[in-house]
Amino acid sequence: MGSSGPFVRYENVQKSYDGETLVVKNLNLDIAKGEFVTMLGPSGSGKTTCLMMLAGFETATHGDIMLDGKPINNIPPHKRGIGMVFQNYALFPHMTVNENLAFPLSVRKMGKADTEEKVRRALDMVQMGQFGDRRPGQLSGGQQQRVALARALVFEPELVLMDEPLGALDKQLREHMQYEIKHIHESLGVTVVYVTHDQSEALTMSNRIAVFDDGIIQQLADPVTLYEKPENSFVAQFIGENNKLSGTVGAISKGVTTVDLGKHGSIKAAAVNVSKGDKTTVSLRPERIEFSSKKPAASKPSLPAKVLELIYLGDHIRCRLDVAGNDEFIVKVPNSSLSADLKPGVKGHVSWKTEDCRALDFVG
Amino acid sequence: MSSVDQNQTLMTQDGVPLKVSLKRSQRRSKMRAFMLVFPLLAFIFISFIVPIGSLFTRSVDDTLVNEVLPLTFEELKNWDGQDVPGEPMFAAMFMDLKNADKIQIGRVSTRMNYEKSGWKSLLKKTSRKMKNIDGPPYKEQMLKIHKRWGKVEFWQSLTAMKDPYTLGYYLNSVDLKYGYNKSIEQQPEKRQVYNLLWKRTLLVSLLVTVFCLLLGYPVAHLLATLPLSKSNLLMICVLIPFWTSLLVRIVSWMVMLQQEGVVNDTLVAFGLPEEWRLPMMYNFTGTLIVMTQILLPFMILPIYSVMKTIPPSYMRAAQNLGATPTLAFLRVYMPQTLPGIGAGSILVFIVAIGYYITPELVGGKDGRLIGNFIAFHMQNTLNWGLAAAMGVILLAGILILYWLYDKIVGIDNMKMG
Ligand SMILES: Nc1ncnc2c1ncn2[C@@H]1O[C@H](COP(=O)(O)OP(=O)(O)OP(=O)(O)O)[C@@H](O)[C@H]1O
Ligand SMILES: [Mg+2]
Repeated sequence: MGSSGPFVRYENVQKSYDGETLVVKNLNLDIAKGEFVTMLGPSGSGKTTCLMMLAGFETATHGDIMLDGKPINNIPPHKRGIGMVFQNYALFPHMTVNENLAFPLSVRKMGKADTEEKVRRALDMVQMGQFGDRRPGQLSGGQQQRVALARALVFEPELVLMDEPLGALDKQLREHMQYEIKHIHESLGVTVVYVTHDQSEALTMSNRIAVFDDGIIQQLADPVTLYEKPENSFVAQFIGENNKLSGTVGAISKGVTTVDLGKHGSIKAAAVNVSKGDKTTVSLRPERIEFSSKKPAASKPSLPAKVLELIYLGDHIRCRLDVAGNDEFIVKVPNSSLSADLKPGVKGHVSWKTEDCRALDFVG
Repeated sequence: MSSVDQNQTLMTQDGVPLKVSLKRSQRRSKMRAFMLVFPLLAFIFISFIVPIGSLFTRSVDDTLVNEVLPLTFEELKNWDGQDVPGEPMFAAMFMDLKNADKIQIGRVSTRMNYEKSGWKSLLKKTSRKMKNIDGPPYKEQMLKIHKRWGKVEFWQSLTAMKDPYTLGYYLNSVDLKYGYNKSIEQQPEKRQVYNLLWKRTLLVSLLVTVFCLLLGYPVAHLLATLPLSKSNLLMICVLIPFWTSLLVRIVSWMVMLQQEGVVNDTLVAFGLPEEWRLPMMYNFTGTLIVMTQILLPFMILPIYSVMKTIPPSYMRAAQNLGATPTLAFLRVYMPQTLPGIGAGSILVFIVAIGYYITPELVGGKDGRLIGNFIAFHMQNTLNWGLAAAMGVILLAGILILYWLYDKIVGIDNMKMG
């Protein structure tokens, strides 16, 4: 039908619970059909609220939410036809797994044979075929999670919402389930809106990620862009690890600026949403930095550094340095390129490529 | 991997079988635990097991008559039950009465009067005038003392007491009685009261349970879902009556509901004709209204405690899956509150079925329940056997109910709070 426009659209959506503070401030988000979009953000940033407005359990204080081109503000939740996986799974404890899965079909008055067929297929999809007669209480956390997933998909919704569905699982199971959900998404072609505060989960699974903070989308981009080219300090800090250096933006030409670090000298950096004279926080990823005891070529940006501490982590070594007055400066040295002269107390230089160094908005 | 033979007993290091060693080490802590609960066990035994035991014994005990009139009952075995017995029977009766003291005769005559009214005055008069008889033949002389000795029904009623145990009290509790030689027959029409009472008790208990459920369920739901500040207030409103003296509450209901009470006055003020004042007190309705109000917390609290544990996400999930709010409530929320409904209903029903003080005060004539008659027989007629039998029937009814509940819902599913 409305294949031309976006499948889901948040348009200037605001939400306040108490009439005093805005939990969601002016949200604009378009989601295309078949996309896997993740809302990522710290606790309390309004992710669940956004999801609940889409599912129909909260009403937007202002603005419109459109599904397939039609505003859904006045459609009650049970008529929206959106699948949802709740954080605590919300499997009905008094029904067996089969009954849980049959529930959405029976309220749609589907015939018995059809129902059984669909329930069986949905359970097979999540490899839970032999557990149909159990109660949710008799399943492990991971198994419950699969059943919840199957239940959200069994009535073939075009849109599925997931609110931290893997939050209660241990690390290994969580990673395994991430792949499984990803594969199911790809094979069924459903649109998924996923909420998490685990950044690696977001990076693994999503087509695009909306980073939330303080009720605002800080950046909306695909995982690579988000990681490689964060647009502000919050995103740089929130996604992956990040070294910060404070300074003042100098002249900008072709997107490159010289940041004055005061008594520690100056470095070249990509200017992102800053202008001359602004205070800035420069962001550097730990794995994009090289340490060497000799001074690198003048063409390469570098700063003097002193090794403070080494932490052996197997595949790489975390190296804490003192750089430009920041004694929390981290460099990740791959295990293979570990050299004997890297020892606490050694003085040398850290260097990087200009495009890996980004001058962002200033944070104290 | 494990090469330990299944049949071989495991040994500790010093060769003592593991099981023995484990038992020994557990004995001490078991002993200590037992000492801690001992006072309670003793209390339960003395205050619960013993009284119930004696209640049960009393309801079937019939040794008294057999002990006081041994010769008569011996002689009774030879009697065909058709005509007034002959001299030997009278002689036995005379001897028995002569050997018994006054108190014994008083108690026996009370007991015998339950089987056939008339025994009391018969024995009293006979024992008073017995000293005039100084030898056989006894039959004529006793007949002279009281002509009832010549009525075959009195002799026949003795057969109902021939064993040291009796089910007579139970039969009486359900409007039956022993006839000749312990055959069971109906009580005469004008003495049938208890079946009606049992039915009324059952009806009141059921209605009170249903009303409590209908009124309590929404309140419990509100309690469980309102924001804390409001639900606390509501909780206090539920509990204050609970903490108020029963009598105060009953009296205030009297003030509200009687003929000249607040409710009727209000209705009249709004135009109800004087002669239509609703009879809401001292009858069945009064019992129902007041008991419902008094027992309401017993319904609300268990249901509330169950609802409290049901996260709102279930209702949301159900609606998200396509169920209308009503359907979601019926198929997802309500089934999960069943343990609370079960616990509350059983609690209310059990308390209601033995209720006594409220019906006594507000029940009038047609609002009295079985509990009132138990009290009546305990205090007024002193027919403890009958009171005990009714008590045992109540207890058995409750146990059966419990058993049924266990079969249908499962006791494990019951949440008392
Ligand atoms: N029902 C509610 N009434 C009032 N305030 C609420 C309600 N639900 C959420 N909030 C507030 O809205 C803000 C955003 O909540 P939300 O649940 O959307 O956060 P979130 O991003 O999902 O966090 P988390 O990662 O911890 O789940 C929070 O400050 C929270 O206190
Ligand atoms: Mg949340």
